[in-house]
Amino acid sequence: MADSEERKKLERELRRWETTSLKDALEAHPERRKEFLTTSSRPVRRLYTPLDFSADFVERLGKPGEFPFTRGIHPTMYRGRLWTMRLFAGYGSAEDTNARFKYLISHGETGLSVAFDMPTLYGYDTDEPEAKGEFGTCGVAVSSLEDMETLFGGIDVGSVSTSMTINGPASVLWAMYLAMAESRRVAWPKLRGTIQNDILKEYQAQKEWIFPPEPSMRLVVDTFEFGSKHVPQWNTISISGYHIREAGATAAQELAFTLANGLEYVRWGIDRGLRVDDFAQRLSFFFNAHNDLFEELAKYRAARRIWARELRDTFGAKNPRSWLLRFHTQTAGVSLTAQQPEVNIVRTTIQALAAVLGGTQSLHTNAYDEAYQVPNEKAARIALRTQQILAHESGVANTVDPLGGSYYLEALTDELEEDAYRYFDRIQDLGGVIPAIRKGFFQQEIANSAYRYQREIEDKERIIVGVNDFVVDEQSEVEPLRVSDASLRAQLERLGRIRRARDRAKWQRALDRLRKGCEGDDNTMPLILDAVRACATLGEICDVMREAFGVWEEPLLY
Amino acid sequence: MPRKIRVLIAKPGLDGHDRGAKVVARALRDAGMEVIYTGLRQSPEDIVEAAIQEDVDAIGLSCLSGAHMTLFPDVVKLLRKRRAGDIVVAGGGIIPEEDVPRLKRAGIKEVFGPGTPLRDIVAFFEKAGKGA
Repeated sequence: MADSEERKKLERELRRWETTSLKDALEAHPERRKEFLTTSSRPVRRLYTPLDFSADFVERLGKPGEFPFTRGIHPTMYRGRLWTMRLFAGYGSAEDTNARFKYLISHGETGLSVAFDMPTLYGYDTDEPEAKGEFGTCGVAVSSLEDMETLFGGIDVGSVSTSMTINGPASVLWAMYLAMAESRRVAWPKLRGTIQNDILKEYQAQKEWIFPPEPSMRLVVDTFEFGSKHVPQWNTISISGYHIREAGATAAQELAFTLANGLEYVRWGIDRGLRVDDFAQRLSFFFNAHNDLFEELAKYRAARRIWARELRDTFGAKNPRSWLLRFHTQTAGVSLTAQQPEVNIVRTTIQALAAVLGGTQSLHTNAYDEAYQVPNEKAARIALRTQQILAHESGVANTVDPLGGSYYLEALTDELEEDAYRYFDRIQDLGGVIPAIRKGFFQQEIANSAYRYQREIEDKERIIVGVNDFVVDEQSEVEPLRVSDASLRAQLERLGRIRRARDRAKWQRALDRLRKGCEGDDNTMPLILDAVRACATLGEICDVMREAFGVWEEPLLY
Repeated sequence: MPRKIRVLIAKPGLDGHDRGAKVVARALRDAGMEVIYTGLRQSPEDIVEAAIQEDVDAIGLSCLSGAHMTLFPDVVKLLRKRRAGDIVVAGGGIIPEEDVPRLKRAGIKEVFGPGTPLRDIVAFFEKAGKGA
């Protein structure tokens, strides 16, 4: 807010309004509720005015493409280039998912995103006992280099960008992708894409961990180091708030925990001896888009501002590109209802709008049938069309940060930023991110928020359309998507054939060298690549690492 | 004072989505039941062993990965094999409606899909605990 004269004048005006127009209105018609709350149970005031901002408001906002990037990371934002429309897809075998990728590309998708099945996420092959019943149900099974080659059959990996949601065994799946590109003579510097590779949030929320935190962090930093030398356009991590939010966190917790994790990765990279400007540009982010439009929007803007400040001022990054928080967004899966599922299309539209108004770099929109299953073809197409309508019909992509300057939005952005710093202090008091994970701090905070949210729904303090109000008695009509037994049989046959046909001596040597490397300090990426090239499977490679590193046991709480 | 109802909340298979299981565990505890939470990545064998060791009245299984058609019936089969078929088994998660009748035929007493009110789940386990 500008000078104090003007401020006083505004205060006087506001008091006058409160004692006249507002008072009369409240006397005539009381408000609907005593307290109005955001989706994260944050109290919302009746009216926001310029008095709600700090004096350095204009400076804190900055200009788009300039520090502190509150308004966006590019000067022109979507006037220059639209966000990448990237639908998370995967089910059944590599062949099944390859067909889905081609379907989505043919309908205008602009980037690929791989969902792996549970065994793959935990580093097991399809034919291991742990995989029983789990093949291809919520993602694609990739156990071998040959599976990876099949998954991208007929797709030009030199031009498409590919995101892979993989964490515990991220370096193995990345090695398979790199080896696949190599066999097609696509040079690694041409490859663009992202591995999620964010292990810290696995312990906190998504729970797809394998090894304990320290060796896992070593594997992550190995990919930073390897990527900065050999695959310079690849994002070696996608620091993810999405799963933290889905597990029940509030917007402020999502923001704070994600950025605390991000700063922890930067510390580990620097401790390895890497220069911050050599790897910070390859750190990317991934946020949730929940129902509360303004709160979500404020979260993205606060995230950009905090990251830029911390990278520049705390870590001394010199290259402005290191200060940029680039992020992918997915609409909130947890908000989808099984009741009246078509209505989910509307929810997803509002959430996607928040992401776009918040300046996302890429976006996944959920399909309306996802409270039941991995989406069927038609549902996935409608989800993609939702983004195309926002991009080409709604007009929101015509100007940069269209809601910037909204009194409410700017006040919320400041509030969320303050909340995040309060959490940073608490995490620091617990000894840092990893000690706080061991104490179950994040896990308990998230469980508490999830329970409060559910209680609000039970008590009807929060209305979910079709669930606790506006209910109809009807069977939902969702066309089921099933993984075929034939896909499973083909996958098992392929794995058997790979194990029989490979050069056993070469395979054994590669695994032995990997074991030695894991026990020492060498970068594991070249060793994993050699094992993949020698046709070692995902499960075999992860078994070697499980033996060397041990496995994580999480603190039990609810 | 009557014995408290004892419920095992379990996560079979590899699925890591534990939000629902934890919320249900807490709601049952708040309703006065004794709740044992297994944590993640339990095989049907682990779950049945824990249920027998802990002498529970009922088991609540949670699975959001799509592996329910294999894992839920396996728990019931193993319970019967261990002569503990009187332990009531219910399940919840991302479960297509057409799977519900098949799960019930396999001995799953009730299936709770997304959006189920907590009070319905509490009422179910109260009834199960009283042997009704």
